[in-house]
Amino acid sequence: MKNFSITAVVAGAIAIGGAGAAQAWQPTKPVEFVVTSGAGGGTDNFARMVQSIITKHKLLEQPVVVVNKGGGSGAEGYVHGKAGKGDPHRVVFGTNNAYLLPYVAKLGYKPADLTPVAALALDEFLLWVKGDAPYADAKAYIEAVKAKPNGFKMAGSQSKDTDQTLTSMIQGATGAKWIYVPFQGGSAAATQLAGGHVDSNTNNPNENVGQWKAGQVKPLCVFSPVRLAKSDPVFDGKGWGDIPTCKEAGLPLETFQMPRTVWLPAEVPADAVTFYEGILEKVSQTPEWKEFVSRTAQTGRFMKGKEFADFVAQDEAANKKVFEAEGWIAK
Amino acid sequence: MDNIANLMHGFSVALTTHHILLMMAGVLLGILVGVLPGLGAPNGVSLLLPLTFSMDPVSAIILLTSLYWGALFGGSTTSILFNIPGEPSSVATTFDGHPMAKQGKATEALSFAFLSAGIGAMAGVILITVLSGWVASFALRFSSPEFFAVYFITFASFIGLGGSSPFKAIVAMGVGFALASIGMDSVSGNIRLTYDFDVLLAGVSFLIAVIGLFGIGELMLTMEEGLRFNGISAKVRARDVLKTAAKLPRYWVALLRSSAIGIWMGITPGGPTAASFMSYAMAKRSSRRGANFGKGEPEGVIAPETADHAAGSAAMLPMLALGIPGSATAAVMMGGLMIWGLNPGPTLFTDRPDFVWGLIASMYLGNVVAVIVVLATVPLFASILRIPFSIVGPVIVVVCFIGAFTVASKEFDIWLALIFGFVGYFFKKLDYPIAPLILAMVIGDKAEDAFRQSMIFSQGSLSIFWSNPLVTTLMSLGLILLLMPLIGTIFRRLRALGKTRAA
Repeated sequence: MKNFSITAVVAGAIAIGGAGAAQAWQPTKPVEFVVTSGAGGGTDNFARMVQSIITKHKLLEQPVVVVNKGGGSGAEGYVHGKAGKGDPHRVVFGTNNAYLLPYVAKLGYKPADLTPVAALALDEFLLWVKGDAPYADAKAYIEAVKAKPNGFKMAGSQSKDTDQTLTSMIQGATGAKWIYVPFQGGSAAATQLAGGHVDSNTNNPNENVGQWKAGQVKPLCVFSPVRLAKSDPVFDGKGWGDIPTCKEAGLPLETFQMPRTVWLPAEVPADAVTFYEGILEKVSQTPEWKEFVSRTAQTGRFMKGKEFADFVAQDEAANKKVFEAEGWIAK
Repeated sequence: MDNIANLMHGFSVALTTHHILLMMAGVLLGILVGVLPGLGAPNGVSLLLPLTFSMDPVSAIILLTSLYWGALFGGSTTSILFNIPGEPSSVATTFDGHPMAKQGKATEALSFAFLSAGIGAMAGVILITVLSGWVASFALRFSSPEFFAVYFITFASFIGLGGSSPFKAIVAMGVGFALASIGMDSVSGNIRLTYDFDVLLAGVSFLIAVIGLFGIGELMLTMEEGLRFNGISAKVRARDVLKTAAKLPRYWVALLRSSAIGIWMGITPGGPTAASFMSYAMAKRSSRRGANFGKGEPEGVIAPETADHAAGSAAMLPMLALGIPGSATAAVMMGGLMIWGLNPGPTLFTDRPDFVWGLIASMYLGNVVAVIVVLATVPLFASILRIPFSIVGPVIVVVCFIGAFTVASKEFDIWLALIFGFVGYFFKKLDYPIAPLILAMVIGDKAEDAFRQSMIFSQGSLSIFWSNPLVTTLMSLGLILLLMPLIGTIFRRLRALGKTRAA
């Protein structure tokens, strides 16, 4: 017994000494990137883009393995993150669903099971209608919808997720009322609009750009406080920067954006969080990342620490209000 | 004829030594991936994806598509030899392929499978070449009611297929539907049937079901029957491959019909699995030798294989032209396109013609390369049957469980595969068909989503399924297929009644 305690003390001392002497935290085994969407989804593109930049610029000593865990709208990935409690080799990639999902469904994790690291970009939402629709601007379309409640269809990705939340917010702000039709993902919502089976959708730029280029759909306004960055013309001489903000277009709903977020499991060393913050900040400054952000018409905005925490708190409060009003909160 | 000129330009892009070597590497890797149950083409492609980041897009897509072809071929190999489908789309190949192997005709079955698969793939690629523009606009006419109608046709063609009682087929299908509904329901946004078990959040993968029901279940049956394969006496001669090839033209009707079904399901997009099931069902119903199906009829191998590959290659078209992936593998490749800096969508054909036509040309070349490579492996694979069961059996068990784990790197899936193994054993003992269960698991949740979306569209009225000529035609076709066995029985009864009265 005495022997044991001595060993324990010595081991403890070595551990403490080691920690003090060690430099900043470094991964000691391959790092797992957990993607909270299926292959080919927006979060998948985000994580694989970060992976390809890290590989190209050799930002990590250890190899990176990407795993898709997109079940349950991404809950599977966050639960996987929770299971890695204390293990800083498991990095979870997601959106704002990391902290919003537990509100609308009873799931095996809570936001407290994840440690926030950073957000790299904000994905934008636009109001789209069919290319040959007779509406010149957002105001005209909203008036048409108001004149015929439940006579228009809004397509979106999934249920009780960003698209339906935004639709609910627009309804709240304008008094219009749509039939919301949930599809598997943004690409289905895009083709359904291009084929004229629905009247509008609220897709991210990247989800509709192909159809816009072909003139099958057209954007009415963007739910952002400022216009998108200028770009090359996409269709008919117009580029992303020419789309009015919704407020300008007479739709009184200023902002709706979705952060592209990165998380670690709970109870990881603070050094590890700093380490990944550093790497991701470097990623966000590479030309490849800037090219990706502008090609997908997202807004590049790196957030960490308090800035990120404040953003999360604000976003959470705004969404919670809609969930409560719609009665989506899971008991 | 612009397309032909474009294609020739594509060949000039694709036809380099570097690319041919990439194709061979891709095909060989693909066969390996396809032979291992559970690993599957989607997993193989996502494993290889990081390697392609530094390649130029044309080389990258050639490597990935070649792997896809290889996997489709490899998946049929194990279906025929061991009754274990390497890919869900080769489940239907087991029905007649494995009985043929048991009768000592493994070489013939494999050669038929590969050759008809090659023809199916070619049919799919030719369609892409000739009709790319038209198909892209046609596919836009599909909305939820049309999708549901396509799935409905698939299910309808499968009930009353014979073999075991139609009621048992419906029971098996029902179990499949229940399993498919586990996890997140995208229409309501609620979690279903998980009973608070986190491992069930992502649902139950049909790959696990295939591994358990077929792989493990089949092994249990084999052990019960006396620890040996029945195909041991098979002689393996390279000459047989050529002989089989000479017999193939006889089955031109089946080849044409199956190619058409495959192409249709690939672009609509029902996917290769649904295509192979539907093609098998149609072949059995229309063939004069329909009664031989399930007992080792070559047409029962040709039909699903042709359709599977025709659908697999035709599925590339909606991916390129519309940005809708026609299969799980296409979805992964689409992720790749984004990373290489391409935007899949209606304008890809005009923005990056060198990429698109290079890819299409590589589909021709890749399939030729794939058929040659796999035919060369036939004698090798067929010889596996001559290895004693006491060696091969345990290897298969290990491969099955490794496969189950690889699907999603979850330990739970290994146990699930074992449970499915027992289910498969009892299904066979009680003469319940397994195929309808798999079919319902693969397309059941999609059919459900499509149905409920249609109901949201129409605010609850079923008339939406007869709201335009396209969906009306599809729905009527489905109903006819569903009721045909019933009508046939009634007619026979009536005739028998008439005869007894006359007598």
